[in-house]
Amino acid sequence: MTSVTPDSVSSARPDVLALGPVAWAKKNLFSDWFNSLLTIVIVGIFSWGIFRLILWAFTVAQWQVIPNNFGLFMSGTFPSQLYPRIWALLAVVCGLAGLSWGVLGRNVSTLFSRNVLIGLGIVCAFIVLFPPTRPNSLQLLPMVALVAGGAAAGRQIGRKFPGVGKWISLSWFLSYFVALWLLGGGLGLTRVSTNDWGGLVLTLFTAVSGIVLCFPLGLLLALGRRSALPVVRLLSTVYIELVRGVPLVAFLFMGQVMIPLFLPIGSRPDRILRAVIALALFSAAYLAENVRAGLQAVPRGQREAAMSLGLNTPTTLGLIILPQALKIAIPAIVGQFISLFQDTTLLSIVGLAELLGIGKSILANPAYLGRYAEVYLFLAVIYWFFCYAMSLASRKIEEKLNTEN
Amino acid sequence: MTQFQTEQPLAHATSTEPVIVARDVEKWYDNGFHVLKGVSMTVYKGEVLVVMGPSGSGKSTFIRTFNALEPYQKGSIEVDGITISHDLKNIEAIRREVGMVFQQFNLFPHLTVLQNVTLAPIWVRRWPKAKAQEVAMQLLERVGILEQAHKFPGQLSGGQQQRVAIARSLAMQPKVMLFDEPTSALDPEMVREVLDVMRGLAKSGMTMVCVTHEVGFAREVADRVVLMDGGYLIEENTPQEFFGNPREDRTQKFLSQIL
Repeated sequence: MTSVTPDSVSSARPDVLALGPVAWAKKNLFSDWFNSLLTIVIVGIFSWGIFRLILWAFTVAQWQVIPNNFGLFMSGTFPSQLYPRIWALLAVVCGLAGLSWGVLGRNVSTLFSRNVLIGLGIVCAFIVLFPPTRPNSLQLLPMVALVAGGAAAGRQIGRKFPGVGKWISLSWFLSYFVALWLLGGGLGLTRVSTNDWGGLVLTLFTAVSGIVLCFPLGLLLALGRRSALPVVRLLSTVYIELVRGVPLVAFLFMGQVMIPLFLPIGSRPDRILRAVIALALFSAAYLAENVRAGLQAVPRGQREAAMSLGLNTPTTLGLIILPQALKIAIPAIVGQFISLFQDTTLLSIVGLAELLGIGKSILANPAYLGRYAEVYLFLAVIYWFFCYAMSLASRKIEEKLNTEN
Repeated sequence: MTQFQTEQPLAHATSTEPVIVARDVEKWYDNGFHVLKGVSMTVYKGEVLVVMGPSGSGKSTFIRTFNALEPYQKGSIEVDGITISHDLKNIEAIRREVGMVFQQFNLFPHLTVLQNVTLAPIWVRRWPKAKAQEVAMQLLERVGILEQAHKFPGQLSGGQQQRVAIARSLAMQPKVMLFDEPTSALDPEMVREVLDVMRGLAKSGMTMVCVTHEVGFAREVADRVVLMDGGYLIEENTPQEFFGNPREDRTQKFLSQIL
């Protein structure tokens, strides 16, 4: 035991000894012979794999299939003379995204920090340099500008009117109907049959519709399963357990084949609508269990405290229980949304030309025979991008809602 | 075991107007355990009543029947002239008039301290937000948490949280406050700050029912002390008599265990 003299006591946190790269590698990668062996083997396998991939991508792969069919990938057989409507939809989404970003970040000191600027720069460079997007870079670059401009404007608006948050939610809600209008036509625009919706646009549309529909449904089912009324509880439980016992593919086929059977002849709902309903009904059962887990994690005392203050049941639920339960359940809920997004690929089985379906039909074209690796790799990157964006968003929301410390 | 009966009403600090009248309250848990075996008790306006007893005696359960957090099967409870029934409106009306402070604080962790205090006045009393905040700030000043008003409960110490919980209950301007072991979950050095707030509250004339093991607090502040054990009310006495010269053997035994 060494004694500490007063002047050696410092209240400042000692600096963590910075390891040099060699020392760091020695400590973390080559600490003993077994770890060294593991490091060498794993690094070897990885670099070999990456080397082969790069070699393949630059010498063997024939990427022509991607730019030649870029329109198909993005929007299926949507009539090309109506592409401006898709661009308008993208503009609406980008503008709103920028505005929301600005409003949410109104209290951040610098909205366009160095990292954000680098990110925007990379996106612009990508748009200009990536061959498939290069023909459209004149349309895509303004989208980036729209996001940035929207952010700057949203920040000003958010500072001037602090209560603007709920208008942002409302405009996202309205934008859904604007999207429907721009895609489907009507009200002065040429109608486009849903048979011509396809590609990434269809994937995103079905995923967003499915998510928007399954969330309230899942919430109700979760509450129903914990209801004090036995009939409600029984019905919710039966629904959840039945749906969870059926594979999604079977559910989608049922949606395509059976929903029309229950409805009067002539009132055949649209194929995409049926698919979205099936998707939402299916995901709601899983979502309900995620929400229920969140509800169970809220301590009983919270309910008692709220009730002892005289709050009635709906207020207790809406102001005390659900905000805490949903916060706990965010990772699971977003996980469910991500799998719903990936589940949209199954729509190609029931004949909808969503992103994967379009990929398959392009591969069936004799001109692109055997281009599996190129097409599927491209699709994988797109799916990864959106899933990762969702999980990133969920982490941001969790951080924002954290009230400990 | 015979149930204790008061032969004559004890002297009360301020009035003889009853706020809570419980008559022969009996309760069984869902598993069939008979937790309250016919307990009668009257709480008068402006008095501080301390309920003591070993754990499992039913004392917490008993005071939780006063605001219908626990249902009971037999007997009757009247709060501020309203008899507790199964009617939800009736229960909500009673809960508005009865404040409760819990052992585990039960603050709402997703709301700031100020929002915790203003929530019920805004949503139940329908006060305008500005009025609710003004009253809340006064109460927070009274319990000494004013500087922390915009923090979240998770950022406060246990003692501070419990003081916020007291302010939250007071914001509803209740006729009676129930304290369910308010200091049992606190570190020893924080017990005092909470008891000080409760002392101040008692001095202000608030009607209080406290389940607590704090003998010093009971001696100093209580107008009456009652002992519960095994689902019965054993003894009801002035603090001097209760701690100095208890009437019942059970009380003596209980006091010898805790003192």
